[in-house]
Amino acid sequence: MREMIKMVVVLTLLSAVSGGLLAAVRNGTKDRIENQQLQLVKGPAIRAILEGCTNDPVADRFKLKDDTLERSFFIGVFNGKPQAVAFETFGKGYGGDVGLMVAVNVTDDKLVGVGVTTHSETPGLGAKSKTDPVFAKQFKGASTQTAINVTNDGGAINALSGATITSRAVCAAATDAGQIYQRLKTQISEKLKRLPQ
Amino acid sequence: MAKSIVQEFTKGLWNEIPPFRLVLGLCPVLGVTTTMENGLGMGMATTFVLCCSNILVSALRSVIPAKVRIACFIIIIATFVTVVELLMQAFAYKLFLKLGVFIPLIVVNCIVLGRAEAFASKNNMILSLADGLGIGIGFTLSLGIVGAVREILGTGTFFGNTLFGASFHPFAFMVQAPGAFVCLGLLLCFMNMVGNK
Repeated sequence: MREMIKMVVVLTLLSAVSGGLLAAVRNGTKDRIENQQLQLVKGPAIRAILEGCTNDPVADRFKLKDDTLERSFFIGVFNGKPQAVAFETFGKGYGGDVGLMVAVNVTDDKLVGVGVTTHSETPGLGAKSKTDPVFAKQFKGASTQTAINVTNDGGAINALSGATITSRAVCAAATDAGQIYQRLKTQISEKLKRLPQ
Repeated sequence: MAKSIVQEFTKGLWNEIPPFRLVLGLCPVLGVTTTMENGLGMGMATTFVLCCSNILVSALRSVIPAKVRIACFIIIIATFVTVVELLMQAFAYKLFLKLGVFIPLIVVNCIVLGRAEAFASKNNMILSLADGLGIGIGFTLSLGIVGAVREILGTGTFFGNTLFGASFHPFAFMVQAPGAFVCLGLLLCFMNMVGNK
């Protein structure tokens, strides 16, 4: 009996200390990790889809509360005016979540472009969603009010060959982005108005 | 005492060098050694985990009940691996992107658990640290060597610098998985030839 108690106590204490330590390390590194991700993963995707903007979208960003989530929005300035916002959404892919950076034009509410950020899809098949420019270009000009689908599901997006699930994940993420944009539209335009020029 | 510390340290560098003499921990040896940089990075992460877990297991060896020792070791090891993962994301994000899934897999690296069970749980902290450092550095060197051979033959570069002129055709086989086995086998053969003399 005493041995049992000792086992339970030791394991509990060890787990508790380990949990506390990990929470402390996570808190200490959280901001740095977010920065690194912004610069090395999200940054290139944002700059690629907001091509031609005159500001640094990674520096000009704001956060909005969406229900319980806090989302980051990156501003793209064109012709001296903040015309597009980019933000990240996720869709369920073949090997886990597919992260999609979506830019929306705030004057006509249409998609400016999309770019895959993080994914764990099959190399050579689903992973092409990140590298194939033809696939991503199809989303340009899509509406934020209707669902975006692959042609198999009655939509207008040609799926990547051999990677229907990944293509569906990207479409789902883009559709989700449209809904988020519609939901937060008023807040976004208010934020953009208050932007120091 | 001083002599045995040196002994425990140096045995990891030759007599018990993990991938070659013990033929342990082959998963990272085969998986991440496409370049020397990756190999060394992975080796250093493993060394850090190995030293920390060896010290802690040794310090707690009289407290940990024998029946749940493996569970305790795994908690300790997993904690340090997660710490390494977070630190690497914060300070070496590019390396983290390349090593990816292999970092969490250090938890089940049999070298780390093996040293905790076979050495640290029976010896004092100083000897355990010497053992961890020795084995860890031996492991790092092995990964570095395998990585260097594969990088030089497979891509014609060394630490990212191009070595040969344009007439060099990279031996692409070496950077693929089968090349890793062949490279490891040849190095093992070489080690045995030298060692048996």
